[in-house]
Amino acid sequence: MNTYGISAIYRFELARWFRTLVQSLLSPVISTSLYFVVFGAAIGSRMAEIEGVSYGAFIVPGLIMLSVLTESISNASFGIYMPRYSGTIYEVLSAPISAMEIVIGYVGAAATKSMMLGLVILATARLFVDFSIEHPLWMVSFLVLTSITFSLFGFIIGVWASGWEKLQIVPIMIVTPLAFLGGSFYSISMLPEIWQKVALFNPVVYLISGFRWSFYGVSDVAVGLSLFMTLLFMTACLVAIWWIFKTGYRLKN
Amino acid sequence: MQPIISVHNLVKTYASGFQALKGVDLEIRRGEIFALLGPNGAGKTTLISIICGIVNATSGTVTADGHDIRKDYRAARAKIGLVPQELTSDAFESVWATVNFSRGLFGKPPNPAYLEKVLKDLSLWDKKDSTILSLSGGMKRRVMIAKALSHEPQILFLDEPTAGVDVELRRDMWEMVRALRASGVTIILTTHYIEEAEEMADRIGVISKGEIILVEDKSVLMRKLGRKQLTLHLQAPLQQIPSQLANRQLELSADGNELIYTFDTQADATGIASLLRQLNELGIDFKDLHTSESSLEEIFVSLVHKR
Repeated sequence: MNTYGISAIYRFELARWFRTLVQSLLSPVISTSLYFVVFGAAIGSRMAEIEGVSYGAFIVPGLIMLSVLTESISNASFGIYMPRYSGTIYEVLSAPISAMEIVIGYVGAAATKSMMLGLVILATARLFVDFSIEHPLWMVSFLVLTSITFSLFGFIIGVWASGWEKLQIVPIMIVTPLAFLGGSFYSISMLPEIWQKVALFNPVVYLISGFRWSFYGVSDVAVGLSLFMTLLFMTACLVAIWWIFKTGYRLKN
Repeated sequence: MQPIISVHNLVKTYASGFQALKGVDLEIRRGEIFALLGPNGAGKTTLISIICGIVNATSGTVTADGHDIRKDYRAARAKIGLVPQELTSDAFESVWATVNFSRGLFGKPPNPAYLEKVLKDLSLWDKKDSTILSLSGGMKRRVMIAKALSHEPQILFLDEPTAGVDVELRRDMWEMVRALRASGVTIILTTHYIEEAEEMADRIGVISKGEIILVEDKSVLMRKLGRKQLTLHLQAPLQQIPSQLANRQLELSADGNELIYTFDTQADATGIASLLRQLNELGIDFKDLHTSESSLEEIFVSLVHKR
């Protein structure tokens, strides 16, 4: 195991983040604050409680997930796309380091960043609304799992992307819509019946539902199913990455 | 002695169908400086990239210091340092951070004293806290070399080390390569400057269109290749070469206006002075003259044709 190699990549990635710490943390904090002002205070005050939770508190888990999802993807995809773009990837490929170690370094750093971001948003939210966390351990587990899973997904996008536009296309065209439609701002049960069924095909529904359950004990789908779906997606990403390194896809040609 | 790198029947066909390497066999001796010459697109960089693990081979085997580069990639790659052709580095990192990164990536524990020595040898020590972005091109290339040396490799690949480098830095680079060889590092460099190979190499390999067409000791090769031509533009055209000059290596151009003399630069006497004297005696006037060396491209062409 090349632990020096893993730690070199991990620290390199975090150093990149710390250089731009203000933008990295400030922009999500500002956008989250805006959501709370608009949805929590302005609109939320006119909305009824959802399953015994005030609307402002109800959207907290969804908003955290929204940021964690998008930041995981953008951090991890940028982390691996940048050396591919600039050519510095040659060094990683020529080093005595295995595919798994490379992934641990890049994905670990990206997941670390989004977890920290999730916690910062959680703290920010506390300034606007009052909420409690019923199952803190589950909350942390979902946060960790989601960060890792979507950082893996971001890594795949970063390897697949052949240009800057492509790097943006999946987050903007697929992930953000899925996250918005995945119940960040509402409960699936508020939808007409047919759309409730359609919503179950959206993987983000399971993440947000499970995460919200860890806060308030209420969920759209069973928490076990949430966990299972998250792990399933993670496995799919791992298989894709295994294939990438096995074939050298977009890395070794 | 066992070769430090041995390449056997290496083939690389890219997805586009382009065959970059067509069954290359090559052995690099321990401790030598080996120059790999070839025109652009001959397969030099592909060959190096496969040995270093950046590109997957289609078939064939490579061992580095006895370790198969696929099965035993950790041991093989730990021995190898690579200075790529392109100056690619993380612009916002400091020199010190980037060499430490490289060392860690290659699985070596931190060793500030060694890295300090590497940077000092490359005259980079006073730049260690500068970001790479702020360095000149020559300095950046030195940083690339420092990165390659950061994990104490036994084999160093230099892919076109002096392409686009000014004369002074080129000399420094040559000095540095010699010092490395003296410390026991085996060096493989690619170039398309024949002087560079002439200056540096112990042995020279020529690659063309994905095939190694020749591997020879430098001294032998230089004798073969070191031909130069003197062209004399005559005042009045000649019908034929005068009989007094028959024993010289002379050719007459088709229109009779140019007299071409081929000589060996490695020989003690090139015979130019005596030729000019003799022309004077024979009353053959010329209005201009110039000498030309066979370019490497021409040499490749002639080598390829000979096969």
